[in-house]
Amino acid sequence: MRIGHAAAALTILAGIVPAGAEIATAQRKSGYDFMARTTQAMQDGDTSNPGMLWVLDGAALWDRKAGAANRSCADCHGDAPTSMKGVAARYPEFNATLGRPINIEQRINLCRADRQQAKPLPYESKDLLALTAFVARQSRGQPIAIAEDEPTRRSVETGRAAFVRRQGQLNLSCAQCHDDNWSGRLAGNPLTQGQPTGYPIYRLEWQSLGSLQRRLRNCLTGMRAEAPALGAQELVDLELYLMSRARGMPIETPAVRP
Amino acid sequence: MLVAGLAAALACSPAVDARAELASYAVVGDAIPVSLTGAGGDPKKGRAIVANRQVGLCLLCHSGPFPEERFQGTLAPDLSGAGSRWSPGQLRLRIVDSTRINPATIMPPYYRIDGLERVTPAFTGKPILNAEQVEDVVAYLATLRDAKQ
Ligand code: HEC
Ligand code: HEC
Repeated sequence: MRIGHAAAALTILAGIVPAGAEIATAQRKSGYDFMARTTQAMQDGDTSNPGMLWVLDGAALWDRKAGAANRSCADCHGDAPTSMKGVAARYPEFNATLGRPINIEQRINLCRADRQQAKPLPYESKDLLALTAFVARQSRGQPIAIAEDEPTRRSVETGRAAFVRRQGQLNLSCAQCHDDNWSGRLAGNPLTQGQPTGYPIYRLEWQSLGSLQRRLRNCLTGMRAEAPALGAQELVDLELYLMSRARGMPIETPAVRP
Repeated sequence: MLVAGLAAALACSPAVDARAELASYAVVGDAIPVSLTGAGGDPKKGRAIVANRQVGLCLLCHSGPFPEERFQGTLAPDLSGAGSRWSPGQLRLRIVDSTRINPATIMPPYYRIDGLERVTPAFTGKPILNAEQVEDVVAYLATLRDAKQ
């Protein structure tokens, strides 16, 4: 009891959460909870949320025939609000044919290649972001539900190893900011837990929609660490770890972030 | 001609800079008592380095006596009074490599190039600050004598 109190007092004195621990389930918070009220209001309203422009574009693309097969997404999947509900909450997902997890953008491009016989859409292109946002919007409010099978677990572990590894000229790990110091402020701005609940997000600083991998590359660049190319397996594994760390948290796509 | 010359110079320069030579230093207790450059630093330049978000990066994590800087960090102790708490030698080791004092620290090692993983090519083999800049920062911190500045 005494020791417990002393330890708690020390933690408060240091002003930081004890190092090296994953965030307890009850303490998890979305980036949304750290935002100014006005930014939250922007996310909340379909007419005020700039991300909805991409969702609307995505809805049009969903119905548009494409590729040598001359088929639309809707030709195979029908009504998106029904068929796509909860899908983005499961991604990245282990793909048995490829033998590795793939993220939602890669899943969309597999459908383009295999079912539509169309060229893959480049990462961060307007169309891929629009389709991703439209598909993920169908999971808004759904709890993140990454699989718990063995191959998925192995990739989660790989992602976690990258999350806790110090890297870059600044010698920082993701965990040092997002597990150990999320209650603090970095250069005056709230540091958050780095939860992946809202992607693709409309980031005010980007003045655009962007993917989770774009955000991860931003963090890596800030650490002055090598940032793998968009689509690299390392980034997919990191996405998978973040999603498993956020299991049960609701999807917010399209979220707004500062 | 000029373009070819420039291209050649650019092509060669990474090989030349890739491993910046770091000055050698001796750690005594929790301090590096001797200046890395053999000379004293310039506190005015040091203040500018500490305040600069691309150079010193200090205010990402620390706050300090910088009334003109609106955005300061809360992840680390306030720098006010650092010169009363620590000797110049102690300050020097904390800038050069804080992990020598606290292996789990988040404070980056400002004058170290080994043992770092996956550094982006533009910064590979280079310390965050050069020896002269470290001395300027130490000289500035040493002037922060009173916690209430
Ligand atoms: C020096 C501190 C720092 C480090 C190290 C760092 N980040 Fe971040 N990260 C930030 C800041 C600041 C933001 C923007 C504000 C926020 O959401 O925390 C951010 C945002 C994020 C977000 C977006 C959260 C949201 O609500 O949309 C994710 C995800 C993330 N980081 C993951 C990572 C991962 C993975 C790593 C390691 C590869 C990493 N970060 C390394 C500081 C850091
Ligand atoms: C990413 C975070 C971070 C950055 C950037 C950073 N520090 Fe620190 N610094 C810390 C932390 C945390 C401590 C507390 C002791 C520890 O954890 O090692 C600390 C401790 C110190 C101390 C000793 C504590 C005291 O009493 O004041 C000094 C001096 C100091 N830092 C100066 C600087 C200077 C100068 C810079 C920039 C050139 C800088 N720091 C950059 C995180 C940082």
